[in-house]
Amino acid sequence: MKDLYAWAAIGLIVLTSTTGDVLLSHAMKRVGDVGELWKRRGVLAVLGRVLATPTFALGLMAMGIAFYSLLFGLSWGNLSLVVPASASLTFVANAVAARIFLHERVGRRRWIAALFVAGGVVLMGL
Amino acid sequence: MPQLTFRKYLVLAGITVCATAGDSLLARGMKQLGNINVSPHNLSGLLLSILNPWVTAGILLLLAFFACYMSALSWADLTYVLPATSLGYVLVALIARFCFHEEISPTRWLGIALIAAGVGFVAAGPSLTPSRQHLHSHETPRDAVSQEVKL
Repeated sequence: MKDLYAWAAIGLIVLTSTTGDVLLSHAMKRVGDVGELWKRRGVLAVLGRVLATPTFALGLMAMGIAFYSLLFGLSWGNLSLVVPASASLTFVANAVAARIFLHERVGRRRWIAALFVAGGVVLMGL
Repeated sequence: MPQLTFRKYLVLAGITVCATAGDSLLARGMKQLGNINVSPHNLSGLLLSILNPWVTAGILLLLAFFACYMSALSWADLTYVLPATSLGYVLVALIARFCFHEEISPTRWLGIALIAAGVGFVAAGPSLTPSRQHLHSHETPRDAVSQEVKL
């Protein structure tokens, strides 16, 4: 039963952190290159533009939920299960989500990378 | 294909280093404090934990990580930036091996190799792939990015 709770928490972490990453990435693409903006208009313009982007706030909220799901997951499952499992599944989920929602061209190179990194994270957690 | 400048590689390095160092400092601080029950009745304990210098330093580094992460996402794909965050695992293992002379098991070495290979695969490719979203947005001059003056 405890395992089921741990995996439910892992599922929630993967879902919310992927949502957060996609929303934050979407927000920052709309803001544009912050280095350029900083050089031309200053740091306040950067902050103002980032904070005025609605998907940024939503992404932050999703990240907050992901953080608390991790805390709950850690209280139900082992550190050595919850952290590597959620981290590696998030990598693969992010590649899928970036392709579908952000229209990134996830070519063979990036699929291999996502699987390698996900596998590597699992091995490091063993 | 947008070429990455030295400054952008610094931002990517900042993601790896700040996330790893921040997590380690936070973990060290929280261990010093001992067990805190995460419950609404014990909010003061959670709030007071910020006063621990390790925790403070950890939080500051994680804020720096977030700033670097957001900056990177403004000029690179999510699937390009994300593997950089996992290089931290490799960094921690290498520091443990060569600074603290800890033993690293063969499975962990294999994990390190896989992560490093994955990061290499992504880093060798383009950092920003054209998408319908970019092609239709005229809010920011995309070309300015690739023509940026190298440091």
